[in-house]
Amino acid sequence: MTMRQPAIVVLGLLVAFLVGPFVVIVAASLSAGDTLAFPPQGFSLRWVAKVFAEQSFRSSFALSMFLAVFATLAALVLGIPASYAMSRYSMPFAEAVRTVVSSPIIVPGIIVGLALLRYLVAPFGINVVVALFLAHTALVLPYCVRVVSASLDNLRSDVEEAAILLGSSRLGAFFRVVLPNIRNGVLAAFILGFVTSFDQVPVSLFLSGPGVQTLPIDMLGYMERTYDPSVAALSSLLAFLSIGIMFVAERFIGFSRYV
Amino acid sequence: MSDSAYLSLEQLKLAYGKTVAVDRLDLAIKQGELIALLGPSGCGKTTTMRAIAGLLAPVSGHIHLDSRDITRVAANKRSVGLVFQSYALFPHLAVFENVAFGLRLKGMRGKELEDRVQSGLKTVGLSSFASRKPGELSGGQQQRVALARSMVMEPKVLLLDEPLSNLDARLRLEMRAELQRVQKETGVTMIFVTHDQAEALALADRIVVMLNGTIEQIGAPEEIYNRPNSAFVADFVGFENVFRVRAGELDTETGRFALGGAIPREAQGLAWRPSMVELGGGPFEGSVRGMSFAGGTRQYLLDTPLGPIKVEASAHLPTHALGATVRFDLPVSIAAPLQRFG
Repeated sequence: MTMRQPAIVVLGLLVAFLVGPFVVIVAASLSAGDTLAFPPQGFSLRWVAKVFAEQSFRSSFALSMFLAVFATLAALVLGIPASYAMSRYSMPFAEAVRTVVSSPIIVPGIIVGLALLRYLVAPFGINVVVALFLAHTALVLPYCVRVVSASLDNLRSDVEEAAILLGSSRLGAFFRVVLPNIRNGVLAAFILGFVTSFDQVPVSLFLSGPGVQTLPIDMLGYMERTYDPSVAALSSLLAFLSIGIMFVAERFIGFSRYV
Repeated sequence: MSDSAYLSLEQLKLAYGKTVAVDRLDLAIKQGELIALLGPSGCGKTTTMRAIAGLLAPVSGHIHLDSRDITRVAANKRSVGLVFQSYALFPHLAVFENVAFGLRLKGMRGKELEDRVQSGLKTVGLSSFASRKPGELSGGQQQRVALARSMVMEPKVLLLDEPLSNLDARLRLEMRAELQRVQKETGVTMIFVTHDQAEALALADRIVVMLNGTIEQIGAPEEIYNRPNSAFVADFVGFENVFRVRAGELDTETGRFALGGAIPREAQGLAWRPSMVELGGGPFEGSVRGMSFAGGTRQYLLDTPLGPIKVEASAHLPTHALGATVRFDLPVSIAAPLQRFG
């Protein structure tokens, strides 16, 4: 007997472990019954329809989208120049700075959320949405720096020097030569940042206030109140959305090469 | 600075941080000259080139180009072109746009731009490749695009960093001819950096041999090849038997040896190519440690009281077997006298 069969069995179990929950949730969301259950009772799309009808889901989805898009854009605006500086110039404490800026926050999200609430929102009365935006930007920044840095390291700096010797300014060389060549890396960073922000729970938990909730927090609260399959339906929709995004990203920019 | 100098470097000192790469460098180049900066890696030749381009600010000293002090002029305002060793083409732009890059920055548009770029591409024989991306070209083609991209800017000086090193042997000959032709046709002042003495000898009007951040010797190829002035240059151009001279005798690690002829007074050393050593007679004796056949010649490595000696003899002559004892002579009359040793 070879090692082949056991390996295939292990691989099969692994795939089942990863895909299983997804299958269960999709099946449960198509249930005709009134409670979240598997196997589903009958078939119906009413819970899917309910997701779209639910006002709270619509507003929390809008907030989560807003945060994911603008926090990631902000993180890129900060992160691209930071990555560029780190890859092109030698600075004092460069390694330390690189580690800090490119490591996802090591402190547990619960603590970050609590700290932001206690020392930023409470004493200064900062708007909850602004606080969420700042927190998400900080959370997403390391992912952006990491992915953008990787693409910058693949672009030789003599390409910029060539642009300068052809008459370009340093800033002009950045926009004409550097940015177009790291475009795919920036798109990959955007997608990764978007997903990270959209999926964020612990920090958002503390900063969400009355009437201001991100989608994952809203779903958490909904499940505590109601035990119907609409949360499963929403989860399925979100999963299909991410699959769609990943498919497009892989197809057009080869996403997996960047992360 | 002489009247005819078009590009001159005066007492140039260049450093990376605290590491001095080039010190007290003086060099005057005439308009239209084809100059080779020749030396081993780390000798400062690329650093010197980067300083001329404006990519590295000198610690001290001056650079003049076309009667103007450009020491503090920014790299993008110097009219100096540089063809990088890696070509440094813009990967996201097609060949046409690569060549058009600098012209567009000058504000050139439309028909004029089109004509200039096309004639640039025609000069390097790549007219039909205008719409390709750099990634779809061979190394030799990429290099010609890089050359065209610099040449359409009509630079006052064109710098080339190891222009032939990334090409295979056949392309190297082709590109060598191409560079010479472009230089002759346009009359552009050209400086190229190389570690390959054959390349420098074949291509340059004058060769600047560098070592440890200073110039060892400047001269025409024949001069460098036949009359090296230092032990380093001698060794670099193939004088493989180099000896220090003291008080009219060869000064070796194993003792002093008189030669059968008068050594020029000013010589600090003497050097012989392997082919200049006369085998089969003479005052010295050695045993054959190595022998290799090289077509028209045989190369011997001899163990001698003077140290190892390399000899090249015609393949028509009888072979000396390994371990055999042979007599040889180092004729003073044809040796290259070295003004500096070490």
